[in-house]
Amino acid sequence: MNIHEYQGKEVLRQYGVAVPVGKVAFTPEEAVAAAKEIGTAVSVVKAQIHAGGRGKAGGVKIAKNVDEVRTYAEELLGKVLVTHQTGPEGKEVKRLLIEQGCDIKKEYYVGIVVDRATGCVVMMASEEGGTEIEEVAEKTPEKIFKEIIDPAVGLLPFQATRLAYAINIPNELVRKAAKFMISLYTAFVDKDCSIAEINPLVVTGDGDVMALDAKLNFDSNALYRHNDILELRDLDEEDEKEIEASKFDLSYIALDGNIGCMVNGAGLAMATMDIIKHYGGDPANFLDVGGGATTEKVTEAFKIILSDAKVKGIFVNIFGGIMRCDVIANGVVEAAKQVSLDKPLVVRLEGTNVELGKQILNESGLNIVSADSMSDGAQKIVSLVK
Amino acid sequence: MSILIDKNTKVITQGITGATGKFHTQGALEYGTQMVGGVTPGKGGTQIDFELDNGSKVSLPVFNTVQDAVKETGATVSVIYVPPAFAADSIMEAVDADMDLVICITEGIPVLDMVKVKRYMEGKKSVLVGPNCPGVITPGECKIGIMPGYIHTPGHVGVVSRSGTLTYEAVHQLTTRNIGQSSAVGIGGDPVKGMEFIDVLKRFNEDPDTYAVIMIGEIGGTAEEEAAEWIKANMTKPVVGFIGGQTAPPGKRMGHAGAIISGGKGTAAEKIATMERCGIQVAPTPSDMGATLVRVLEEQGLLEKCLTK
Repeated sequence: MNIHEYQGKEVLRQYGVAVPVGKVAFTPEEAVAAAKEIGTAVSVVKAQIHAGGRGKAGGVKIAKNVDEVRTYAEELLGKVLVTHQTGPEGKEVKRLLIEQGCDIKKEYYVGIVVDRATGCVVMMASEEGGTEIEEVAEKTPEKIFKEIIDPAVGLLPFQATRLAYAINIPNELVRKAAKFMISLYTAFVDKDCSIAEINPLVVTGDGDVMALDAKLNFDSNALYRHNDILELRDLDEEDEKEIEASKFDLSYIALDGNIGCMVNGAGLAMATMDIIKHYGGDPANFLDVGGGATTEKVTEAFKIILSDAKVKGIFVNIFGGIMRCDVIANGVVEAAKQVSLDKPLVVRLEGTNVELGKQILNESGLNIVSADSMSDGAQKIVSLVK
Repeated sequence: MSILIDKNTKVITQGITGATGKFHTQGALEYGTQMVGGVTPGKGGTQIDFELDNGSKVSLPVFNTVQDAVKETGATVSVIYVPPAFAADSIMEAVDADMDLVICITEGIPVLDMVKVKRYMEGKKSVLVGPNCPGVITPGECKIGIMPGYIHTPGHVGVVSRSGTLTYEAVHQLTTRNIGQSSAVGIGGDPVKGMEFIDVLKRFNEDPDTYAVIMIGEIGGTAEEEAAEWIKANMTKPVVGFIGGQTAPPGKRMGHAGAIISGGKGTAAEKIATMERCGIQVAPTPSDMGATLVRVLEEQGLLEKCLTK
């Protein structure tokens, strides 16, 4: 789960991670009030959307006085920002972060991720702050330093200090930087983050080390033990169909094509998209209905798929396994009736009672095409939507 | 022969009195797996009864702890069906009891819990498969997990996969071509897990009864690339592959917690290129996994030896 920058900084502040003084604003009036309360000569007006690259897209403004805060707030609120992470449709700005201006001496990068290869949490740091870390990794990998963290003892002071020296933090600020890193690690572990990225981390003229930006992502499997984080979820930032799907325990991701897919199992669902593409079609979505393809789940899945206006046909690909195919077939027929499906539907079933399942589909009186294999089904649906 | 489990393997179920644990313990018993008991804290001292399709009745003892279960039953393998919030603890309990093999089916364990589990397992005897996996099967001998047993047939091709349903798809394609399987191992879709591809491939390489292997990967991470390099350097048996998620958009988690292209890394194209460079034939579509293997077996003169009839 993603949260906004201002929320991330709020979480970090609880752990003693230094962040600029700031306040969220939903209206220009609130923005002005926030700037007055913060009281610094210069303030920063930052658009809050769940995407990186806001600065380059014009979503971050430096205001030299309160009037400018109002002007920028009016300009940004309601504006659609298009960054390299939003896609061409962009995202509408509904919240602003008003923050104290900082006298930036130098920018750095600090990030924490879970490393698959070692099975450990890893902290990464670089002198190349402000640029995307992927870019640094590609062009100058020698400028990225890493510390693998032993979960039994956490990030040790010597590791944090070593990182601070490696990225050339000024000598007199190394201790502060190390403390920053340890607090950041504590927040990461305590809140079950999946990513924590401070880009940039800045050293200021006043000798502070602080997080000028903060991106926190959380492990959705661990949200059950973090109600405070769950409350920070902003549904405006998520795809409506994905939200609807999650209510029914369906895993759905919208894509750009016109063939709706409904599959059991994440691996098979991905492979189904691949095979549609292989035969010249374009999948409209990823959808994993999970182990039990009940009538209720299939009906909801159909509704979600069909709420996408681009969809011209549906391919259902179920490897029944333990589920009986006749049960699944009944579920599909019932669901197709409930949503009055009027688009081509190709169903590939495999598993116990597969013949009975096909018979149910064929005798349903509905326009359902049954397929003998994945490739047969993919070819059929591709030709039907042409 | 086979890897990890066979007809002599004695198995307990952690979470045996829960609906999922009970259902799949029944499935294992139907298949002929030597289920010898189960663990549910608070239900120790009771029995759990099963009535099999063939009419016979089985009653298994339930214990409060894995330690008790091992002492009383001599089990060497544990399978875990407990809910995600408690699953990491269950794995560590099984590891503490010195099980040879721990198979965790549970999906949705917080990744930082698994980071602790991995650390805890260092220097310990147990091997972990999963979590978020279908389990392990040695056809005709022992089924531990949620896979449909009837699609499998005993034979000489090893299967290892990050995806459950794609494993079934591959196995089904083999069985319908009269090619049996030595063992099939689902290593699971989580980013931090027990056995990785290489750990399983090593065992298939050493198993005299495995003649070839199908390896099924997906987007996310670099385990497939590492496995491909290992295969090139060490594997004496042919391996064919498939990678799911060739059309997956970057930055989106495709169902599995570990199936995500992040920072431009972990794409299917990258994995396929490395695998092909390392001499692994990669099936162009999931429908071609079986056919690709048959072609390679023919090329290597192994097809006759792998046919079941």
